[in-house]
Order: sequence, then C-alpha cells, then structure tokens
Amino acid sequence: MASNSKTLRSPLQVARGLGSAKHGTEHWWSQRLTSIALVPLTVWFVFGVIGHLGAGHAEFIAWMKSPFSAVMMVLTAVVTFHHAQSGLQVVIEDYVNVEWQKMALIIGVKFLSFALAAACVLAVVKIFIGA
Amino acid sequence: MANGSGRPLSPHLQVYKLPLTAVMSITHRITGVGLAVGTLLLVWWLVAAAAGPEAFARAQGFIGSFFGLLLMFGWSAALYYHLCNGIRHLVWDAGKAFELTDADRNNKVVLGATAVLTVLTWIVGLAVW
Repeated sequence: MASNSKTLRSPLQVARGLGSAKHGTEHWWSQRLTSIALVPLTVWFVFGVIGHLGAGHAEFIAWMKSPFSAVMMVLTAVVTFHHAQSGLQVVIEDYVNVEWQKMALIIGVKFLSFALAAACVLAVVKIFIGA
Repeated sequence: MANGSGRPLSPHLQVYKLPLTAVMSITHRITGVGLAVGTLLLVWWLVAAAAGPEAFARAQGFIGSFFGLLLMFGWSAALYYHLCNGIRHLVWDAGKAFELTDADRNNKVVLGATAVLTVLTWIVGLAVW
C-alpha cells in the first residue's frame, strides 16, 4: 500500500483485514486442526482395521455397537473427509488454472466428500441403533 | 543463474534432479490424493456392514482378494507416509527443524518410520487374520 494513497485506514488496519479471499488463515488453520486430530484417530483406525481384517459380519457389528468405537469411527470419517476436501481444494487451486473448471472441481470434490462422510455417519448410526 | 537478473530460477523440472526433500514434499501431496481416493473403500466397508451380512461378505471378499490386499498394502504405506510426514509438517509449522541438516535427517526418519510401521502392521495383520 503506497503511503500517499488517499485513505484514512492505517496500514495496521489494512493488515488486519482478512485478505482477498476474506477468510484470513481459516483454511490453513482448519487443515492443521484436522491433521492434529487425525494423528490419534488414524492410530485407532489402523488398529481397528487390523483387528477386523477378514472379520465376519456379526463381529464387525459388535465392534460398532460399542459407543467408543462408534464415536471414534464417526469422528474418523468426518475429520478424514473434512481434511481430504480441504487438501484436494489446495491441489486443485494449484494445478487447475481455468476458472470454471477449477470452481467445478472444487464444488464437486466438496459435495462428494460431505456426501461420503454423511454415508459413513449414517452407516455407523444405523449399526449402532441396530436398525 | 542464467536468467540475467541474478535472481534464482524455479527448478526446471525436466532437467533438474530434485533433492530428496523436494521428492518427499510432492510425495506428501500424491499420497494425500491417493488416500482421498482410498476413502471410497472405507465408505464401501461401512455402508456394506450397515446393509447386511451378504453385502459385508462381498466387501470383505474384495479386501481379502489379491487385488484388494495389494490396494490395502499401498494404502497403508501411503497412510503411514502421510501421517509421519504430516507430523513433520506440524513441526515445521511450529517453526522448528528448518536447517538443512534437520531436513536431511528427518527425510530418513520419516522414510524409516513409514517402512517400519508398514511392515509391522502387515506382520501383525497377517498374524491375526
């Protein structure tokens, strides 16, 4: 910002703005937050998958009927898809330069990610309540 | 640099041999995209379990097939890589380990941890299966 520009806003006030996207560091921060959350969730998930490789249906249902496992699985699915759509958005922004293609891909990835997360949550809830 | 301005050029990817740190950086992104695609398997697994025993048996059958196990192996290696290198990124975000000597050492730490965790997981996985 040129010092002689005709504005009453101080440089500090300008710097405190949220930037051109009006989101500030929100996207960056949510990527970090979800990645921290995914460290313990991933460890739990890997152990869970190992314990149920080749498991029968009844065994799997019994696992998901435990409140702890059900909550962990819901968290794993939701945080994983949130992290994935957020990361894929950055990849698309970096490599797709035609505006409408970029927007179409970002919107498609986000819709698909949240739809898949919802499917996972519904599946766990259905098993948990035994419907 | 030969651009006449005295300013550094971006690496010319066709002729510039990327250092390990750079290869590991792009690998983090590639494994991330791969893992995102791999979540489809997770969705199938959970939805099949909710749908009933036949659907679940079909999903488990696919996962237990040669192609399924190959996918799972690649997926587990990518998961551990992204996890270990992701922790390294969090360390960078904290403003630490930026020196070249740190980066060179942590390249090896991440690769070693990925290999050890992947192999250990499959030894335990195939033992309990």
